[in-house]
Amino acid sequence: MNIIVCIKQVPKTADVQIDPETGRLKREGVESIINSFDEYAIEEGVRIKEKTGGKVIVITMGPPQAESALREAVSKGADEAVLVSDRAFGGADTLATSYALSSAIKFIGSYDIILCGKQASDGDTAQVGPEIAETLNIPHIAYVKKIELIDDKSIKIERMMEYGCDLIESPVPVLLTVVKEINTPRIVSLKGKMVAKKAVIKVLNATDVDADTKKTGLNGSPTQVMKIFAPLQKNGSGEKFSGAAKEVATALVKRLSEIRII
Amino acid sequence: MVMDYMLSEEEQMMIETARAIAVEKMKPIREHYDEKEEFPWEIVKEFAQSDLCGAYIPEEYGGFGKGIMGLVLVVEELCKVDGAIALSLAATALGTLPILISGNEEQKKKYLPDIASGKKLAAFGLTEAGAGSDATGMATTAVKDDDYYILNGTKCFITNGGDAEVYTIFAKTNPARGARGISCFIVEKGTPGFAFGKKEKKMGIRASSTRELIFDNCRVHKDQLIGKEGHGLITAQATLDNSRPGVAAQALGIASGALDEAVEYARKRVQFGQPIASFQAIQHLLAEMATEVEAARALLYASARMIDSGTVKRTSKESAMAKLFCSEVAMRVTTNAVQIFGGYGYTREYPVEKMMRDAKITTLYEGTSQIQKNEIALNLIKESAAKSK
Repeated sequence: MNIIVCIKQVPKTADVQIDPETGRLKREGVESIINSFDEYAIEEGVRIKEKTGGKVIVITMGPPQAESALREAVSKGADEAVLVSDRAFGGADTLATSYALSSAIKFIGSYDIILCGKQASDGDTAQVGPEIAETLNIPHIAYVKKIELIDDKSIKIERMMEYGCDLIESPVPVLLTVVKEINTPRIVSLKGKMVAKKAVIKVLNATDVDADTKKTGLNGSPTQVMKIFAPLQKNGSGEKFSGAAKEVATALVKRLSEIRII
Repeated sequence: MVMDYMLSEEEQMMIETARAIAVEKMKPIREHYDEKEEFPWEIVKEFAQSDLCGAYIPEEYGGFGKGIMGLVLVVEELCKVDGAIALSLAATALGTLPILISGNEEQKKKYLPDIASGKKLAAFGLTEAGAGSDATGMATTAVKDDDYYILNGTKCFITNGGDAEVYTIFAKTNPARGARGISCFIVEKGTPGFAFGKKEKKMGIRASSTRELIFDNCRVHKDQLIGKEGHGLITAQATLDNSRPGVAAQALGIASGALDEAVEYARKRVQFGQPIASFQAIQHLLAEMATEVEAARALLYASARMIDSGTVKRTSKESAMAKLFCSEVAMRVTTNAVQIFGGYGYTREYPVEKMMRDAKITTLYEGTSQIQKNEIALNLIKESAAKSK
């Protein structure tokens, strides 16, 4: 089974600074790591490979320094690593990113499963995974917490919902985005680290993957960032009704219909 | 800040891997294993999966090939968090070294790969009830019978006893010859006539099993003899020269862990309206502890490098110095750590009382501190005598 894992290199710190001028993330001087949700995707990919055979190809779009994230993924058990890197990809929003990654995945060719973390810790959009699936015209299932069964034709998974789980069966190829509950990533072995040190990272540019540069980078990004802010937390204090049961019930129903809940 | 000991990239890797296991996997469960006195199989699996078990075993036998320095770095890092759980690995090294040092190619090929991969643990069987510091006082015998040796006797205080698969056992093949009448054998768990006796209840290192090994007409094939008949004690001594730095590393790790805990606590604990770290009485204690820990580290690493360099035939003196100093430092530093924690340090709410209990064994096993001093003095006199010839 061929597994492709899409990862993103993100700033290590949890409180990402945002440039107020451009609305973009400030990456200077911040240590970079693999997005934590992607760690679970890598681990799951390696576990599937260990069960079914095949190989794990890890892929990222980013500047040349993103190579270190790929090397780390190799140390965790990925067999091949691909860096999709070109100036033409710079400034991409989620749509342009998913287009570039899809182009690279088409170039790689055969795959059964594509795994992504559910979202990146810097942008938090959770869009790139599903958008890749749309671009490749394959099914996707987001928020996967368990892979129940897997063979060369179909996959059965549990999707985490707010209350309980959905059990979903899908044909392969399929794209899955995973949540933290899916596994506990292993500690990197010494041999894994040695393999990663010597690993050859394949670099693909826009021409290599036959990407239409009108659809990549800033050119291909319809998203315009107007303003970035942390949403205000709603601190509703609630309302209390008191009195006899009948009066309280009447007041409650009246209030609920006022705010159009019923 | 860590002093620069010119560690290689690969040595750094071993430290990082050991630290990840210690912090992520061992720390959350260390009290449980201390309390329950269970063998930490879940962590042994982590050691195996991350290739730490083979740190010191040559690459040709599936190890990472980083010698005694590799073993020292791994054990130290693990013991910063827990000095007992790490023993499953460190005591396996002790049990494996006789094969590595004196074993033949067939024995190495048969046993080392499974030990390097963590599939099997090993144990070292020298001590007996009547033979502690004086190994020649052992009563276990191995009597030749055609292609076999028949072992009879009881070993005690054997670390990993019962949980290990591979045992290197010392027994008298010729009692009349004293020190030259002892031989070393590889005995596998499950060999008929080989059973386990009582498990010791100990002050510290309670996540580590310490059992009796009982040999009752246990037939061991002559292919299991390590080295030549009668060379057992030479193998044992060479083993201890290589393994004592492992105990020193355990002691250093415990001391280093206790120091970190003490500094952190002193910064946070407020008395008389200020953190106790602002009092000179505490500062001087911490300063002494830190200086001793660093001196211990420098001595230990120098000894380990000396062993690995292979340029000197025997390193008995240097190994003994490293073990003596590190273990005595561990006892002083952990005791002072408890002192800094005050009454809280005496409770099981904080890790330093356990560190103090765990530290004590390092001044006792693989030769007490007094035996190390004998070893050092003996070699000093020998060296001086050789010079004046």
